[in-house]
Amino acid sequence: MTLFTEEHDLFRKTLRDFVEREINPHAEEWEQAGTFPAHELFAKLGDLGVLGLTYDPAYGGGGSDYGYVAIMAEEFGRMPCLGVAMAIGVQTDMATPSLHRFGSHELKQKYLAPAIRGEHVAAVGVTEPDAGSDVAGIRTKGVRDGDEWVINGSKTFITSGTQADWVCLLVRTSEEGGSRGISQIIVPTDTPGFQVSGKLDKLGMRSSDTAVLTFDDMRVPVSNTIGEIGRGFQQQMSQFQDERMIAAYQMVGAMEYALERTADYLKQRIAFGQPLMANQHLAYELADLASEVDLLKYYNYHAAAAQTRGDDITRFATVAKLRSARLARRVADVCLQFHGGVGYIGETWTARFFRDTRLWSIGGGADEIMLRTLARMGGFWAE
Amino acid sequence: MNIVVCVKQIPDPADPGALDPESKTLKRDGKLILDESDSYGVEMALQLVGDSGEVTLVSMAPNGEVSGLRTALAMGAAKAVLVSDDALKGSDALTTAKVLAAAIGKAGEYDLVLAATESSDGYTGVVPEQIAAVLGLPSVTFAKAVSVDGGTVKVDRQTEAGYDEVTCPLPAVVSVTAGVVEPRYPSFKGIMAAKSKPVDQLALADLGIEAANAGWAGAGQEIVEVAAAAQREAGEIIEDDGEAHAKIVDFLSNLKVI
Repeated sequence: MTLFTEEHDLFRKTLRDFVEREINPHAEEWEQAGTFPAHELFAKLGDLGVLGLTYDPAYGGGGSDYGYVAIMAEEFGRMPCLGVAMAIGVQTDMATPSLHRFGSHELKQKYLAPAIRGEHVAAVGVTEPDAGSDVAGIRTKGVRDGDEWVINGSKTFITSGTQADWVCLLVRTSEEGGSRGISQIIVPTDTPGFQVSGKLDKLGMRSSDTAVLTFDDMRVPVSNTIGEIGRGFQQQMSQFQDERMIAAYQMVGAMEYALERTADYLKQRIAFGQPLMANQHLAYELADLASEVDLLKYYNYHAAAAQTRGDDITRFATVAKLRSARLARRVADVCLQFHGGVGYIGETWTARFFRDTRLWSIGGGADEIMLRTLARMGGFWAE
Repeated sequence: MNIVVCVKQIPDPADPGALDPESKTLKRDGKLILDESDSYGVEMALQLVGDSGEVTLVSMAPNGEVSGLRTALAMGAAKAVLVSDDALKGSDALTTAKVLAAAIGKAGEYDLVLAATESSDGYTGVVPEQIAAVLGLPSVTFAKAVSVDGGTVKVDRQTEAGYDEVTCPLPAVVSVTAGVVEPRYPSFKGIMAAKSKPVDQLALADLGIEAANAGWAGAGQEIVEVAAAAQREAGEIIEDDGEAHAKIVDFLSNLKVI
């Protein structure tokens, strides 16, 4: 089976060159700033045609298979500032999949097309101060008033929240409770009542801005509802699968990049009269980790094929997300360890990689949520 | 306006290359990529042509290799002419120029031919001028800026002291330096579109060139010896004892750089 064609290879090279020239030289600056110029960068990514690879060409999408998504994300993993990669992932696979899958033609023209062109920065608003993993526990409420929703509440941990043009917001729109009566609504950030009430200081992913948002009698047209009113929970669960896969694809690239950089360091660092890499323990440990990254990579490619076929990828996405997050933590730990003291210094990439990768066992569905899903799917469960 | 760009497909410089011990030439059996120095000419041509013309690529490569051409087609070139023939193996610079000139004749109507000043693998740096001579066209070299005005091309030609402003009637052959423009990245849509763009593959016979006049048989150049470049010597470290600045000035003065 041929997974990738010559076009896939050329696409990978284009992205690798782009990341090396357009992103990585700015890593230090953006890390220090605690944000990056999303509009500027996304406009370039829009020109490259990567912000809606699998989306309908009618809205500017590429109509591609998911192999291209895997390649894109792997290459974006090769950044020393993974916060930027994460924010790109939000744009392509966390804030827009529901809009593409379930949104009306008018809504897609107004919000999806400019997001694909890189003119709009998109965010996704799910987590609240009192509801994270328990998505059905959200309290942000929309009350219908004629043709408008009047929305009150707040969201937290919102990636690109300080510079987004719109948010794919998960809102409770009826009193049914639980996972029922929740809707996904596109909220432009210039809507009166929308407020960025804080920018959060994080352990890692510092090149990406993370915001707390509050909504005070915010009026949004009911026509901004994505898909069916009251089906937002189910639609968001579907959107989470894209989110988990993009994280897993990115982690493969990030881990390969980290292992390559560590190997380069160990080859040039001399201790006891020879390169550190001449120590069998170090060499074997890296080889061992690389073998696990390989397994994950090819598992991901099967997931990409399933995504392309339109299969339910819940199990693929859950396994890939869990394994990639846990493996990334081990890789980050070993890369830091093998760099010794210099690896622990804040300005060394290993320290940042250690901090950045830690998020993936929490964000996009914590490891424990992945395990809960897998336990239920596998029959390892009793009420 | 239509522009022909000569592009070379070379072994990836990121991979360690190898020389054929007998011929002392670079092995070119594997996958080839677009020579980065040619991406500037492609970009320049795309900018000059805009929406009112076509960019055609001309290349000579072994084994019908088109990977590098696909990159340039993905950037926006309209079509390509590739000359690939086993008899071309061992061709020297002049034969290459004759073959490319003949291929340019198959590329349709053109106003301008662009090429890099030199390739990143062979570095002979003479092919563009030889093409111009074979075609009987004016040659302008080392362009750092190119503009077309009616039937003339204006070139800022890089010199050691600065640059010359050169005006030349079209058609002409212009060699462009790296950095003349910022080459675009092939976009996803460009990559997809490149799949269906025509690549006209020709053999020597299609160009009316005798095999006896090409390749090893026709080469007027011979690689007599290949030697490793001298190891770079360690730099001189000047410890600052309060007089380091004076020593550095002396050092630079001796090199005649200040």
